[in-house]
Amino acid sequence: METLRGKVWKFGDDISTDLIIPGKYKFKTIDFNELARHTMEGADPDFSSKVSKGDVIVAGKNFGCGSSREQAPVVIKHAGVSAVVAKSFARIFYRNAFNVGLPVVECPEAVDKVKTGDVVEISLREGKIKAGNKTYSFKPIPAFLMTILQDGGLVNHYKKRGGFIWEKEPK
Amino acid sequence: MGTTLAEKIISRKIGREPSPGEIVVLPIDAAMAHDGTAPLMIKSFEEMGAKKVWDRKRAIFVIDHISPSSNEGTSALHKMMRDFAKKHGITLYDVGEGICHQILPEKGYVFPGGVVVGADSHTCTHGAFATFATGIGSTDMAAVFASGKLWFKVPESLKVNVTGKFKKNVMSKDAIIYAIGEVGADGATYKAVEFTGDTVKGMTMDSRMTMTNMAIEMGGKTGLIASDSTTKEFLKGRIDVPFIELSGDKDAGYSDVLEVDAAELEPQLSCPHQVDNVKPVSEFEGKPVDQVFIGSCTNGRLEDLKIAARVLKGKQVKARTIAMPASREVMLDAIREGIIEELVKAGCAVGVPGCGPCVGGHHGVPSPGEVVISTTNRNFKGRMGCADAYIYLASPLTAAYSALNGKFTVPPEV
Repeated sequence: METLRGKVWKFGDDISTDLIIPGKYKFKTIDFNELARHTMEGADPDFSSKVSKGDVIVAGKNFGCGSSREQAPVVIKHAGVSAVVAKSFARIFYRNAFNVGLPVVECPEAVDKVKTGDVVEISLREGKIKAGNKTYSFKPIPAFLMTILQDGGLVNHYKKRGGFIWEKEPK
Repeated sequence: MGTTLAEKIISRKIGREPSPGEIVVLPIDAAMAHDGTAPLMIKSFEEMGAKKVWDRKRAIFVIDHISPSSNEGTSALHKMMRDFAKKHGITLYDVGEGICHQILPEKGYVFPGGVVVGADSHTCTHGAFATFATGIGSTDMAAVFASGKLWFKVPESLKVNVTGKFKKNVMSKDAIIYAIGEVGADGATYKAVEFTGDTVKGMTMDSRMTMTNMAIEMGGKTGLIASDSTTKEFLKGRIDVPFIELSGDKDAGYSDVLEVDAAELEPQLSCPHQVDNVKPVSEFEGKPVDQVFIGSCTNGRLEDLKIAARVLKGKQVKARTIAMPASREVMLDAIREGIIEELVKAGCAVGVPGCGPCVGGHHGVPSPGEVVISTTNRNFKGRMGCADAYIYLASPLTAAYSALNGKFTVPPEV
């Protein structure tokens, strides 16, 4: 979990949850394997057949804008994507991603430089992304969110600890 | 230095002044999930092994997104919600009751100084009542259902100050669309958007809710408006806590201020496929429109339907027009005032209170290439169920005149 390595799929700015998983699918089922077949369909209709386990989505600003649908980070994770790197995230998507155990990092500099097909290595703990011979830094993930991520998302976090970390140490 | 409205609400909850960026844990006054988000919420709640809803009077389910259900899959998810509600003794507003963001204030769940979370991004609507209200995902909602609390990053605030008098063809919808165009789709990310100024002060609750509803379209965590006599009048007989007046201080630290001169505004459109792609209606005058939708949590309230009926009274629409009241209460008022009759006589398809075509889940889906004018809050590609349709967001006034003429029309200034 702390270091992730994968091939890049690059997207633009303002990738909304309607592009990640159109509303018309999410109202009919909560079967994630079924939903995952439509991952990123609005932005790239063939994405789910091209993506491989461990790949990384790299996108511009405001990734995950729009609805609060948690299905968005869930299908990305189910499609095999190991992390999303973007210039910025819409806040509900950002929270949801940690809650479902999908690492997301904000690193505008790396987004500008990497392209589809590049291989990147992300160190969550150190706040570094390596691409080729370049290293880019990002603000490390807050400790309590890192704990949730390491527990495998909020459901597993609660199961493991019998409560939520912020109830005890809101930092 | 004074405090913003967001800081004021938070400080009342934690008993001290918070600083922007700080993580705080807040007790929740009301928590809502709907048929788009409750099924996953239930799944997370049960997988966590949570046994009991923290407070059955503060937890609410609403079936509004695909309502009534159009297919077996959705019906199964609705049943899952009804079963959970029954098991845990929480209130579920079923098919026909209306849209969550209209129901919550009507039923008294929203009050000044409260903290409301909804598993829906437009939960920011409730900030019109000086409530700290924000959208969260399903698993966060499961955590709230289990514990009654949630963590928040104290937001900075962006002030949108609207002053002066609107022209007669301009509504609060035009002001918020204009503001989104200025701020951008992510210009207020992580921030609270506080709407101030004499124009906002002079607005009805219906108009104010249109403004706060769309705060999320500039990335806002919540949209907020000070509570005053107008708020008090709306909430009278609905809430069981004392009403208080709350407002941001004049000398509070705002991260930025957008000044909007109401008198200068003309009718606005959000053009495909981004809400912040804003242009005046006048640039499109005469462009044919295939479908018009008047409704949603943005503009499905009595004031909106009344305006549409006034425009369409005794005439016939030239574009396919769907009108849907935001709630049962709105529908009943609209029936009593003869609004529904005028809309039906004018050729509108009047539907069951609910989200309707806005989310593209079950009906009112446009065909590829069609042009839609909608009073809703999002025009993303695929939003209304068809990726190749063109959605323009507008005020109910612009929508009604455009429906009447079958083409984009700048409403007359009368």
